[in-house]
Amino acid sequence: MDTRTICGFDRLLFIALFLILAMGVLSIYSVTGSLGTQGTPLYLKQIHWIILGWLVFLVMAWIDYREFARFAYPIYLVTVLTLALVPIIGRTGMGAKRWLTLGSFSFQPSELAKIGILLALAKYFSDAAPKKGLNLRQLLTASGLLLLPVLFILKQPDLGTALSISSIFLSMVFVLGLRSRFLIYFSLISMMISPFVGHFGWNHLKDYQKKRIFTFMNPAEDPTGTGYQIIQSKIAIGSGGFFGKGLFGGTQSQLKFLPERHTDFIFSVFAEQWGFLGVLVLFILFFLVILWGIEVATLSKDTLGSIIAVGIVGHFSFYFFVNVGMTLGVMPVVGVPLPLVSYGGSAMVTTLGLLGLLLNIKVRRLIH
Amino acid sequence: MAGRFFPQEDRGLENKIHWFCALIVAGLVLLLLRAWNLQVVNEAYYLNLSENNRLRVVETPPPRGRIYDRNGALLVNNIPSFNLYLVRGDMPDQEAVVNRLALYSKIEADQIIEKLKKEKGDAYRPMKIKEDLSLWEVAQIEGHGLDLPGVKIEAEFKRHAVSGMLGAHLLGYVSEVTQKQLASEKYKDTKAGTIVGQYGIEQSYDAMLQGVPGEKRIEVDVLGHERQVIRERLPQRGDDIFLSLDLKVQKTAEAALATRPGAIVALDPRNGEVLAMVSHPAFDPNILSKGASSEVWAALLEDKKRPLTNRVIQGQYPPGSTFKIVVAAAILETQTASPAREVECRGFTRFGNRKFRDWKVGGHGTVNLHRSLVESCDIYYYEMGHELGVDAIAAASFSFGLGALTGIDLPFEKPGLIPTKAWKLKALKEQWYPGETLSVAIGQGFVSTTPLQLATMVGAVASNGVWHTPHLLIKRRDYKTGLISEIDPQQGRRIPVSNAALRVIKGGLAGVVSEKKGTAMKSRSDLVSIAGKTGTAQVVARPEKETDILPEAFQDHAWFVAFAPVDNPEIAVAVLVENGGHGGAAAAPLATRVIESYFLEQEGPPPLAKNENAPALRLESEGAGA
Repeated sequence: MDTRTICGFDRLLFIALFLILAMGVLSIYSVTGSLGTQGTPLYLKQIHWIILGWLVFLVMAWIDYREFARFAYPIYLVTVLTLALVPIIGRTGMGAKRWLTLGSFSFQPSELAKIGILLALAKYFSDAAPKKGLNLRQLLTASGLLLLPVLFILKQPDLGTALSISSIFLSMVFVLGLRSRFLIYFSLISMMISPFVGHFGWNHLKDYQKKRIFTFMNPAEDPTGTGYQIIQSKIAIGSGGFFGKGLFGGTQSQLKFLPERHTDFIFSVFAEQWGFLGVLVLFILFFLVILWGIEVATLSKDTLGSIIAVGIVGHFSFYFFVNVGMTLGVMPVVGVPLPLVSYGGSAMVTTLGLLGLLLNIKVRRLIH
Repeated sequence: MAGRFFPQEDRGLENKIHWFCALIVAGLVLLLLRAWNLQVVNEAYYLNLSENNRLRVVETPPPRGRIYDRNGALLVNNIPSFNLYLVRGDMPDQEAVVNRLALYSKIEADQIIEKLKKEKGDAYRPMKIKEDLSLWEVAQIEGHGLDLPGVKIEAEFKRHAVSGMLGAHLLGYVSEVTQKQLASEKYKDTKAGTIVGQYGIEQSYDAMLQGVPGEKRIEVDVLGHERQVIRERLPQRGDDIFLSLDLKVQKTAEAALATRPGAIVALDPRNGEVLAMVSHPAFDPNILSKGASSEVWAALLEDKKRPLTNRVIQGQYPPGSTFKIVVAAAILETQTASPAREVECRGFTRFGNRKFRDWKVGGHGTVNLHRSLVESCDIYYYEMGHELGVDAIAAASFSFGLGALTGIDLPFEKPGLIPTKAWKLKALKEQWYPGETLSVAIGQGFVSTTPLQLATMVGAVASNGVWHTPHLLIKRRDYKTGLISEIDPQQGRRIPVSNAALRVIKGGLAGVVSEKKGTAMKSRSDLVSIAGKTGTAQVVARPEKETDILPEAFQDHAWFVAFAPVDNPEIAVAVLVENGGHGGAAAAPLATRVIESYFLEQEGPPPLAKNENAPALRLESEGAGA
């Protein structure tokens, strides 16, 4: 690898990543302390995941991404197959069947599916190489590729992951554009029809999902039920003020008013402790990461790399917007973690892995 | 961006990527604005909410002042009680929590759920739903704390009358201030949920006993469970009070009256201090003080024997022959007759077209004032009463404190009734018939008195003509300093009866007990000289032939009023046994017991033993009263 390929911005990225990860671990520590599973404190476990994630990062950065792309469709198929296995031999946890167990090792096929669909869609789009945007056939084929894993995932049920995969698709489509006005209208119309489809799907939505949408509309109506999380989150964030309450000063977090403190609502914990200043800093750091990803997309030497990069950036941004938006009360409660910060192994490894893929694309921009 | 490698045609892609980036930036900015809105613009609002979440102000009720007897024996104190509270704001699913709670404690789950739904006020104000939890319930509820958000147990106090039903009416009980009371003038400044005295001394001196509630700022967690106390203002306990009651005498009186309905009251004629007050049937104040169920209350209120009535001050009865004391005083003061004036008593007399009988068939023979008291001759008083007229009798009654409230420091006292011509005209729109005066003269007819009034009456005789307001409170102890201050008693008032007259009356009363023909002769005491008057008050008019086969409800009330010792009396007693029959038989022995118990606990030998002339006194009185 040509060392000139690592430039200043990359160094900045690593600093930003390191800072984000450190803030995350600190936040987790502040609300869980020495709590943990099987004797290991959670923050320590998170560090383990981070280390594992960096290993995956290295792996993903090392192997030429075009090699990955060569096996895009097979990889895609494998991931879809593992997804198909879940309802048959999957392990249930928290009311959802999301895991497959191999011996003592459990993993979520939906995380693999992200890679699968990313590569498959990217390969398809870059092969099609549309100059003026996608045509109907391409759009429909791509949708088909998307829908297969998404339907499996929705059935688990895992709305968050299903939506995040859709965000990969949507960002790619946005960037590629649609060939004709007709298609634009078509897409818009189909989005408008979706309420009716949605009505059909509504009946398939689980109760708690329906409730989530209701309480999003008006959390105050149900202050002690599902709207509770949103209200408590807003209280935690708002009461942090400009400077925050300091580490361990977050009364809402410390007194357990905030649910899921170390996972979905970790941002609220952070915001209560570090105030608007802290939030601003965190936003800037995340923005740096996203910006770097965008730069990868523009610097990539081929369309494939660009599209992969766009997909990854879209995916990353999706999680950020939905998680932070949820804690701020502007998005419905969809249980998605904040990447690099929320406690959780799968998300950490996947996120770092995808970032590794981005680096992969970046360093090979000079290689022909 | 440096180093673009796209082929020209893909410039479009690059543009779109830039748009994509712009979109993301827009999203970030919007989120940031939202954060600004929450954290800077509305910080105060959310800060307030966060504080409300975790900080509560809880009132701590003050320990009530204790009540002691005159010698410092404890009568009423406070003992710990675990009380159950619910905080609506901390209960996400009220029904589920209440139903779960019902597993650990006997509660009316449905009623409570209803109450919770209807409650409108501050969601974080604790609602008391049950008092006096058992230790098992406490352990269960605390142990399952994680499943019971919004459920709190507070260690508070409940009122405890140490001797159970002893002096129940006198001491009273406590309970939460009622809605009606809160609306009234007296309690308009009282907070809802305050425990106030509802009867007896607890009510009369509630302000002294009350104390001031404290306040504690606590931090709670999401389950509403107290985590720590941040700041506390301790409650101020109420002042302790000392009553003039003598526990030993009270206990004797309670035991003497036993299961019979009636009243006993003993006081010190020198100052009006009440030494004992018994009213049967009684109730258990401890059951009422800890919040009795509506069934218990209904049972008490509907009980025909009226256990909630303090017969000493609320029971209005015809005084019967005890009233002759007053009439005798009237005779002497108005000089209607001299004490030596004699009347022939043949057992009946005619007045108008009515026949007025004496209780003793055949009469008492020739009777003067002294004998009329000793043997309780009715004919004497018919004649004298007729000569006096009802208004003169009434005047004498008023001076003895009858017909009006005595002013004792207890609530709900009744004034009784002393008839006058004017009264009858006003109240019954009828003129007074002279024949009615005869009934009045022997304490029947319209006359009604309470046992307390009769005690003060005989007390005035005992103290040589000074009538004292009966009272119970003698000392109070400041909660902070511990200093005991005496309550200044009211001055007694001199009654318009001369010393000479009183001496004659006293002599007659002494003869009631000491002379062979005295109606209370059987209740003589070896310890101390007693003077008194029996009374047998008619409940219904009796037929000519005396029968003892009347059902109990129609039996006469038995009275006895007394004081002791005859010289320099220290105690005056009034005893009423409802439907007890003859005063001498039913009531007098009880009075003797009470009086003896008072003297038994004094230091030194009982008064009589000091008097070597005692046997001679008896012999003399046997000869007297011819």
